[in-house]
Amino acid sequence: METLEEVMLKDKVKLSEPVKKLEDKWKLLPSFLKVKGLVKQHIDSFNYFINVEIKKILKANNLITSDADEMFYLKYLNIYVGKPDIEESFNISKPISPHECRLRDITYASPITVDIEYTRGQQRIIRNNLPIGRMPLMLRCSNCVLTGKSSEELARLNECPIDPGGYFIVRGTEKVILIQEQLSKNRMIVEVDRKGLLTCSVTSSTHERKSKTVISTKDSRFYLKHNSLAEDIPIAIVMKAYGIESDQEIVHMIGTEKNIIFAMAPCIEESHRLKIFTQLQALAYIGNRIRQKRFGNSPLNKVDEARQTLHDLILSHVPVENWNFKVKAIYTALMIRRLIMAYDDEATVDDRDYVGNKRLELAGQLLSLLFEDLFKKFNSELKKIADMTIPKQRATQFDIIRHIRQDQITNGLVHAISSGNWSIKRFKMERAGVTQVLSRLSYISALGHMTRITSQFEKTRKVSGPRSLQPSQWGMLCPSDTPEGEACGLVKNLALMTHITTDLNEEPIIRLALNFGVEDVNMVLSGDFSSPLVYSVFLNGNILGIVRHYERLVQAFRAMRRAGYISEFVSIYTNLKLRAVYISSDGGRVCRPYIIVENKRPKVRQQHIDELVQGVREFEDFLKEGLVEYLDVNEENDCFISVYEDEITTETTHLEIEPFTILGVCVGLVPYPHHNQSPRNTYQCAMGKQAMGTIAYNQRNRIDTVMYNLVYPQPPLVKSRTLDLIKFDKLPAGQNATLAVMSYSGYDIEDALILNKSSVERGFGRCLVYRNQKIFMKRYANQTCDIVKGPMYDSTTRKVIDIHKALDTDGICMPGEMVENRQVMVNKETPTVTSNPLSGSNSQDKLEYRKTPVTYRSPIPSYIDKVMISSNEEESFLIKLNLRQTRTPEVGDKFSSRHGQKGVCGLIVPQEDMPFADTGICPDVIMNPHGYPSRMTVGKLLELMGSKAAVLDGKFRYGTAFGGDKIEQLSQALIDNGYNYLGKDYVTSGVTGEPLSAYIYFGPVYYQKLKHMVTDKMHARATGPRAALTRQPTEGRSRDGGLRLGEMERDCLIGYGASNLLLERLMISSDAFEVDVCSKCGLIGYSGWCNMCKSSSYVASMKMPYACKLLFQELQSMNIVPRLTLKKYNDS
Amino acid sequence: MVHIDCSVANAFRRILLSEVPTMAIDRVCILNNTSLIQDEVLAHRIGLIPIKADPRMFEYRSADDTEPTEHDSIQFNLKVKCTRKSDSSGETSDPDHLYNNHKVTTADFKWKPLGNQANMFKKGDIHPVHNDILIAKLRPGQEIDLQMYCFKGLGKTHAKFSPVATATYRLLPDISLLEPIKGELAKMLKKCFANGVIGINDQTGEAYVKDARRDNCSREVLRHEDLKNHVQLSRIRDHFIFNVESTGCLPVYDLICQAIEVLMTKCKKFIDILDNVDNEPEDDDDE
Repeated sequence: METLEEVMLKDKVKLSEPVKKLEDKWKLLPSFLKVKGLVKQHIDSFNYFINVEIKKILKANNLITSDADEMFYLKYLNIYVGKPDIEESFNISKPISPHECRLRDITYASPITVDIEYTRGQQRIIRNNLPIGRMPLMLRCSNCVLTGKSSEELARLNECPIDPGGYFIVRGTEKVILIQEQLSKNRMIVEVDRKGLLTCSVTSSTHERKSKTVISTKDSRFYLKHNSLAEDIPIAIVMKAYGIESDQEIVHMIGTEKNIIFAMAPCIEESHRLKIFTQLQALAYIGNRIRQKRFGNSPLNKVDEARQTLHDLILSHVPVENWNFKVKAIYTALMIRRLIMAYDDEATVDDRDYVGNKRLELAGQLLSLLFEDLFKKFNSELKKIADMTIPKQRATQFDIIRHIRQDQITNGLVHAISSGNWSIKRFKMERAGVTQVLSRLSYISALGHMTRITSQFEKTRKVSGPRSLQPSQWGMLCPSDTPEGEACGLVKNLALMTHITTDLNEEPIIRLALNFGVEDVNMVLSGDFSSPLVYSVFLNGNILGIVRHYERLVQAFRAMRRAGYISEFVSIYTNLKLRAVYISSDGGRVCRPYIIVENKRPKVRQQHIDELVQGVREFEDFLKEGLVEYLDVNEENDCFISVYEDEITTETTHLEIEPFTILGVCVGLVPYPHHNQSPRNTYQCAMGKQAMGTIAYNQRNRIDTVMYNLVYPQPPLVKSRTLDLIKFDKLPAGQNATLAVMSYSGYDIEDALILNKSSVERGFGRCLVYRNQKIFMKRYANQTCDIVKGPMYDSTTRKVIDIHKALDTDGICMPGEMVENRQVMVNKETPTVTSNPLSGSNSQDKLEYRKTPVTYRSPIPSYIDKVMISSNEEESFLIKLNLRQTRTPEVGDKFSSRHGQKGVCGLIVPQEDMPFADTGICPDVIMNPHGYPSRMTVGKLLELMGSKAAVLDGKFRYGTAFGGDKIEQLSQALIDNGYNYLGKDYVTSGVTGEPLSAYIYFGPVYYQKLKHMVTDKMHARATGPRAALTRQPTEGRSRDGGLRLGEMERDCLIGYGASNLLLERLMISSDAFEVDVCSKCGLIGYSGWCNMCKSSSYVASMKMPYACKLLFQELQSMNIVPRLTLKKYNDS
Repeated sequence: MVHIDCSVANAFRRILLSEVPTMAIDRVCILNNTSLIQDEVLAHRIGLIPIKADPRMFEYRSADDTEPTEHDSIQFNLKVKCTRKSDSSGETSDPDHLYNNHKVTTADFKWKPLGNQANMFKKGDIHPVHNDILIAKLRPGQEIDLQMYCFKGLGKTHAKFSPVATATYRLLPDISLLEPIKGELAKMLKKCFANGVIGINDQTGEAYVKDARRDNCSREVLRHEDLKNHVQLSRIRDHFIFNVESTGCLPVYDLICQAIEVLMTKCKKFIDILDNVDNEPEDDDDE
């Protein structure tokens, strides 16, 4: 028999064994993304909206009655969002694919239909599937035609299988509803206000209303502040109004600790001073201080009004049953308790920027707010019509269906998505810029756009708090991907594995909690809440009750979640300081999966991973079997998470799946980002979105406003796991250029790059630029419409005239044709009379037309790539042209590596002048070594080694963050292939033929060509167009504008005393104007005549800026007379 | 090349890269192109294809806009249309089984002799160097119909006229062992160099330099502390190992000869100028 000690020793040995490393743990990730997808948050949220939330909205607003007829009612029974289609003509609709919508400038939407029951006269009628509007659909949502299709089927629909979806197509443009970051609703937040005093506030949000209740301190007394109250109400009075009349009970409710009693004493005293003892008195006190509504007196008296306000407005998310305010009183008491605690213990003050206190609002939630608002408006309008029409006697009976108009909801939704202005009447919410046009510059930019988060508040304020990197952001939001400048730190991006929750049903959770020993609030003595023996339990910010053994509750909840009895997204965590257990099931929390660790062993074993690799196991199975679970930010805080297996200790509860998933999609592009200085990764995140390459598999079928494509894109030699996950190698944006890190010619200063002319001629950095041109053939009120006429012929040579050369016989240019500046692309003509109806004599065939051709305007010619003729929703003809330019790199084009190292091309050198290595390899790009020391982009050095090893071995290398191929391996690969282990090569100068005096760091590096090209920017002007009003040169390259001599340049000239140059720049070259000025009256005359003096004797001619003359005249028109005093130049 | 100045070696390299003329497709008339590849890209790809034709038989074109003649141009035609194979089964998705002509390669080029060219050249004289260069991929219904003209040009103007894939040289490595190295160290030394550089004497176990030419100068020895000071690596400054890789338009031998010719004409021209300088002392020296 083993002694106890032996057993213990054995256990100890077993326990102290190092935890074996799980191989290929990262393979969970593709599996996770397979179920979740990269933009699953958007799609999940939208699915929840169209399948669940919309039905809830209908249920909440399902009855319309009329004041005119008590018998009348309309009841909504059910609501459906259908499959996407288009109404080609009246009542004929056909299914539509997203790509057709993009091309034809229509909205990808599906009908919203309802089942209703209503009365017509005495009849009760049930109508099913009655359309009430159209819902723009998110691509790849449950109702989208693309969902569940294979690659072949998608290809048939002209859709890219890699495209993630998650955006809308509204009037032909792709729109993303950005993820909005907000402070969480219905939660107490204790913080320091502007005056440095502590406040406790709650933003209550229910379906009906949103309001903020604040408990603040003034002269060490507590007050309740609310928008509907004209002044702050002493807290004791509020408690009394809630029906807690006894002072002792009030204090008891808040707490029995000494400090609490002390803190409450002044408040109690105040109510005594105000002589308020009963609930009625308190209500009267509050009633007198309710802010008067703008119009109409309420029929209620003050007391009832106060009661109503307390019921509906203050802390509106706390449910009140039968006017029993006990729960609200407890809630208020807890708020005060937190406030008093915060005074004694600074650690209990909440952090507004803590990610756990944030909620992310997604497309579905935003749309549901909007839809509910529109639906309410729709119903109220129907009610108004019913009220107005029913009293009138009509031959036919009033039939409400006839008055249902579809366009109100449709237009409301479409307009909000296309303009980005979200205005919700009932919340008085007015937001701009909620949606953005999906940026399709590159695949990465589109993906990055889908994971973007904007925060609503504090845009221009100079506070560092919300902008800085929060430790709680770990794993949820990408630490690198944020823009520079204005929006820095406010616009964020999701990390790879982040999931955003949707609302969950509270019922089962409440039931479960009560079963696990939670005592319901309504059953508990109000004083018990402050007892040190119990923990209070909250569900989504509302008090659920108290519990004596909180550990048991938490453990049970976690066990239930792991077993799958409750949703995996329910989170539970304790706050020991506040003695509270918080359960959340609300939407918008960010969470991510972790491997569960029990007894120092991760529950995911190698065997599970092997099964995963074999394909017999999926991510869902890991969840179901309780091997992996989701943790939200708050619960994460309550856990002990190891990043690596060897860090597991006895306390460890969870294990990270893979550390590189704390980064987002865009940093995934950077090889070895953990070796770079952090801002470099941030710069690359911004630049990766500007890189040209490929956009999608369907890029050649698209007609976008601008599209930049690389002719020969290549996948990078050094990849990362993230790149594999997002399939960047299928849609790459860049080329592997052989780089020599050396100085050359002096044209490489300030990060400029030297390119090899032969490389350029062989296709390096060659790009295609597509631009589109839209032409609408309008229809006018008088039944006339625009026409397209064939090309014109020269009368003498019988040939097509020059500007019509690109036109086909139908008057539209031909694909493949080259168009030069001022050439006509569509020979359109517009009728001269469009408004008045045509008189009888002026019949259809005698119509007069005016030429309104669409011409090509650019000094660089383009080719016509594609011509599309279609019609859009308004049934007018739509002609879309796609124009194409092929560009080779030139001096001034911008390139960048994947490490935030951007530079313009400084010189293009012939190959024979380029240095060459022993093997005869010439670099494609030469980069100045000064780019390294200050930037500290060690990742780029490693990438070069990796790429070099990759080309020599013929194997791709990995530069995954916090991992990737080790430098020793790369060095070894170089050595094995006869190269120096440092990656430095012996290089000979191409100019002199002598070897260079140093070894050169030499190898391939992935380079991106950025969209900024000189051809689009270069601009110069001698003379040109002028603005009509001021006669000054126009502004901007697009209008062939002049180059401004600005204020600062002007100051220089003044300082230098170059007065004639000043005169020339500011007047003669700009808007010089000859005026006749009467030297007697000082006014401006004309043609040598002064109209004021009625004489020509004193008129002198002089030059002045036209803008000055204009100013004088404008002043004159306002009854101000500017007079010029003239003097001869030789008078002193 | 031994015992010459590096500038001479470099001159050959530079001339080979950019100043030996070749024939390359310079003008593409696109009659029909319904393939996925854009006209410009297609033309660019075609331009880079090496053409086997002796450039010495042709003249440079006098002006850009003249009609191509038999003396300065070669014409190729390319007409390919992709069709679906009638006997293909529905099972496979392999384009080889499904379509005819789905790959356009240089094998589809048809030389069309201009003027008297048919008599001047034999059938095998003029054709693309390789027959398997992929130009474009087609799918049923797509068609490419082109006329291409080759002109004579220099690598200076465009890389496509360059007759070599690369022309390069390196200096002969020189390895000297300062002290006798034996046993394990010798084996290690051998490993540090490319195959065949270091030999080990079977009897003594001593390492000796067998063939320094095969070394690729990775300087790997210098990493080993115990070998570092026993080996001296250097290069012979006037011994050039020249490597010329022709694109195939002309044999390397002809290229070198032509390069020498070019250099000679250049020198002659320079001497002429120098002579003229003596006659006209007014002129700038460096002209």
